[in-house]
Amino acid sequence: MTAPRTGTPEVVVTGLGATTPLGGDAASTWAAALAGESGARTLDNDWAQKYGLPVTFAATIKVKPEEVLARPEIKRMDPSAQYAIIATREAWADAGSPEVDGERLGAVVSSGIGGIWTTLDGWDTLRERGARRMLPMTVPMLMPNSPVAYVELEIGARAGAHAMVSACASGAEAIGYGVEMIRTGRADVVVAGGTEATIHPMPIAAFAASRTLSLRNDDPQGASRPYDVDRDGFVIGEGSAVLVLESAEHAAARGARVYARIAGVGLSSDAYHITSPDPEGRGQVSAMRRALADAGATGRDVVHVNAHATSTKVGDLTETASIRTLLGGEADHVLLSATKSMTGHLLGGAGALETLFAVKAVHERLAPPTINVAHPDPELQVPLVRDTPAALPAGDVLALNNSFGFGGHNVALAVTNA
Amino acid sequence: MAYTDTEILEGLAEIVAEETGLPTDAVQLGKSFTDDLDIDSLSMMTIVTHAEDKFSVRIPDEEVKNLATVGDAVSFIVGAQA
Repeated sequence: MTAPRTGTPEVVVTGLGATTPLGGDAASTWAAALAGESGARTLDNDWAQKYGLPVTFAATIKVKPEEVLARPEIKRMDPSAQYAIIATREAWADAGSPEVDGERLGAVVSSGIGGIWTTLDGWDTLRERGARRMLPMTVPMLMPNSPVAYVELEIGARAGAHAMVSACASGAEAIGYGVEMIRTGRADVVVAGGTEATIHPMPIAAFAASRTLSLRNDDPQGASRPYDVDRDGFVIGEGSAVLVLESAEHAAARGARVYARIAGVGLSSDAYHITSPDPEGRGQVSAMRRALADAGATGRDVVHVNAHATSTKVGDLTETASIRTLLGGEADHVLLSATKSMTGHLLGGAGALETLFAVKAVHERLAPPTINVAHPDPELQVPLVRDTPAALPAGDVLALNNSFGFGGHNVALAVTNA
Repeated sequence: MAYTDTEILEGLAEIVAEETGLPTDAVQLGKSFTDDLDIDSLSMMTIVTHAEDKFSVRIPDEEVKNLATVGDAVSFIVGAQA
């Protein structure tokens, strides 16, 4: 790898936090991922059978917010913000609660959809009970910047608080923007991540209507099967992951433990179709190429890819073809992991959680497995890590995290060892 | 059915505790919503909305600014029930 751009701060990761279908924190989530566990389960809510939903399972978070947050916090935050606050508190503590001037501290936490529980509860209240029964906290709870606003309040971040909205690329784009805040000198430390809370009958019905969800109701844990010939769509998930990003200089000055570097950010858009990826993968290749160029790296440096891989046929195969286009023969040496096979698809939280996985993979030199691949698709073009973790090589390593969203948003992040 | 002063105080205390996390016994007649209980305007409106529901009364927006203390709120609700 070549040297980073002169004068531009390097960005390192010093804290990790998460609440996911696999665990209530980052450590248990990562351990469950390495163990190949599935976070998908049959929904036991009263609404699961009530509306004739074709899908009655989801990857719900393992530890309910009621077990972690105070009662007034639950009442004042949409679940999307509750998850973000849980992840933030863990990440901040994990980073050693850095002492940093609030003017040099930023927050970027995205959601793909926002406070949909609050929005729909408010609509029910209005129709059933009238305008006087609308709770005054409805707007600050439903707005998609609500999670980052609570995070900003939590840590006293005054360098700026932002929420990128780019569907299933939102969480990764947030981290990319956090990196840029540090590189451009706006902040020394940025808390960045993604969150989503859409296990609600309306979005489930809506995603099902678009024929993108798995219908494997009788086998939730086996339903998310990226790259398997029998895949039939994604499993909707929920949760949040948050990273503490820091300039390498700031981290070194305080003696912080460093997990990895976010060395490259690659963004692109397809300008092709509102839901389908460009079948030639042009936007995906551009995003990955830009991430590598930004990191001063080449295809030879890539040892691991955490794929977007939602478990839809068109999406999964377009991505591995894109990786092959980018890397050529070097793709034979890459370890590909599709962790949505275990976590389900966290939508706006996915890109952040998968970046967290890429950071852990580089730090511990272990690529997490892909489960439920009984019969790998013959069109798969990159070696897949199946069932058990695979060791990454010694020396300098680079992992790519890919995140692609409806609307043709593509984000690739290059993660390297510190 | 009309609620007694004591029932209204207890009910308000539960609503305030739920909204703020304060213990119910912190909510006493002489306490100021803003100065003692640190309740901001959004929380106050939330409490009013829940109180209207619980006691089946109407608390007009222009009346809310006159409810400085918990005791003011109890008195207003007692009167509004009549």
